[in-house]
Amino acid sequence: MPILEVTGIQKSFEGTQVLTDIHFSLEKGQVLSLIGSSGSGKTTLLRCLNFLEQPDNGIIRVNGETLFDAKDPSTQKAEEIRRKRLHFGLVFQSFNLFPQYTAKENVMLAKKLLMQEQPNFKARKKEIFKEIEAEAVSLLTQMGLKDRMDNYPHQLSGGQCQRVAIARALALKPDILCFDEPTSALDPELTGEVLKVIKRLAEQNTTMIIVTHEMAFARDVSDQVIFMDEGRILEQGTPKQVFGNPKEERTRQFLNRFTEG
Amino acid sequence: MELFLEQLPIVLKALNVGFIQTLKLFFITLIGAIPLGLVISFGSMSKFKPLNWLVKMFVAVIRGTPLMIQLLIVYFFPGLVLGNPIWGSSESGRFLAASTAFILNYTCYFSEIYRGGIQSVPLGQQEAGLVLGMTKRQIFFKVTLLQMIKRIIPPMSNEVITLVKDTSLSRIIALQEIIWAGQSFMKGSQGISGAIWPLFFTAIYYLIFNGILTILLAQLENRLNYFR
Ligand SMILES: Nc1ncnc2c1ncn2[C@@H]1O[C@H](COP(=O)(O)OP(=O)(O)OP(=O)(O)O)[C@@H](O)[C@H]1O
Ligand SMILES: [Mg+2]
Repeated sequence: MPILEVTGIQKSFEGTQVLTDIHFSLEKGQVLSLIGSSGSGKTTLLRCLNFLEQPDNGIIRVNGETLFDAKDPSTQKAEEIRRKRLHFGLVFQSFNLFPQYTAKENVMLAKKLLMQEQPNFKARKKEIFKEIEAEAVSLLTQMGLKDRMDNYPHQLSGGQCQRVAIARALALKPDILCFDEPTSALDPELTGEVLKVIKRLAEQNTTMIIVTHEMAFARDVSDQVIFMDEGRILEQGTPKQVFGNPKEERTRQFLNRFTEG
Repeated sequence: MELFLEQLPIVLKALNVGFIQTLKLFFITLIGAIPLGLVISFGSMSKFKPLNWLVKMFVAVIRGTPLMIQLLIVYFFPGLVLGNPIWGSSESGRFLAASTAFILNYTCYFSEIYRGGIQSVPLGQQEAGLVLGMTKRQIFFKVTLLQMIKRIIPPMSNEVITLVKDTSLSRIIALQEIIWAGQSFMKGSQGISGAIWPLFFTAIYYLIFNGILTILLAQLENRLNYFR
């Protein structure tokens, strides 16, 4: 059974159709790259998966459980959406770190708040916070930020900020981690360090959906590639198929723009 | 000179009493308007149109008219128009009326500052919190609030300094604050009359108090300089 099944997602903003009939599925441990020109709906699709936008139509299933069905209001209860979001993580283009917290505090905050809802929280508070801190330290170390943990976001480079943001998303152990152009706000020399971290996550079989304009990276790291155009999935397949032998003329034109540089 | 030295203790004592009243009005206005301003700012950002419209109108009227008029209306309206002088004519009644008018007025100014502060925190902060499974409430208190406070401290400082000076407007309904106390020696009080110098002394009280406030507020601003 696929970890994620997306069926017939539609979304329009004020009458303009932004997503049309989006269908795809993703197996556990696989990496899906979303490519396509500006305005093709990539960000909107990720936002729908993370419940930041509500699709007008369609179904989102994770591990066989229907998280969202536009036709079934019982899947849209506001108080359940917060829990459902936790199946997904989202790393933003602009990091969106919390400026008043250190790198480590950024990673710990949400987990701490979540654990407070546990019934035995009061009794085990100290123990729980120790565990959360140890996890944050371990995640940041994996991100190569061992000696940056007590720095505030404004004291970090863009690449370091984005790695903190990745650790922050991982701290909640999402089933599927989404990236929206994680390197687009970075100077070229900082792009590599972030891509390296994502590649390592792929090697550790983290299930990921990555919106990116880094074609070489997408080709290298993905199991599946989707090319979107004007809100539709125009082509999908393995990186070999989509990059090596695109069926559609639009895909070819799009890819040519990148190879010609 | 001898006369001055003789009168000085009498004047200072009267000014101190007036200044206590000034301070009381100052602090009660802050205690009331700081939280109420937040309530009003939520109203002015409400997506419920009728509420939003009503709150915005109210804020526009209060900010568009002089505090002096508001003081007079709050104090005299119940007695003269409704035939029910709720405030009475005692000093404590006048103080209540003045507090009401000041809180009303400053709530509206603060609410606009808060609104600017809240709206200046990027939407991405809220979205990051949502995606991390935080509730709206947690996002407000753990993420947005401190960033908002940092942004509103400079404009709030200006308002607070203005408030110190505005308290003197309550003289219009004969609240016995420091200006009233200083002025009484012009008309004649405790054997001193025709003296204008006590009024100059009231200015010194304002200067010193505002100086202290300026230093404290600058320290608060510095405290939040650890992040950007
Ligand atoms: N909140 C919104 N209100 C109205 N229109 C929107 C909104 N969000 C996105 N759109 C529109 O939807 C379309 C798809 O936008 P989206 O951001 O998903 O594209 P994208 O593929 O991520 O583009 P880019 O590569 O530039 O990030 C665009 O035409 C955009 O203007
Ligand atoms: Mg986008």
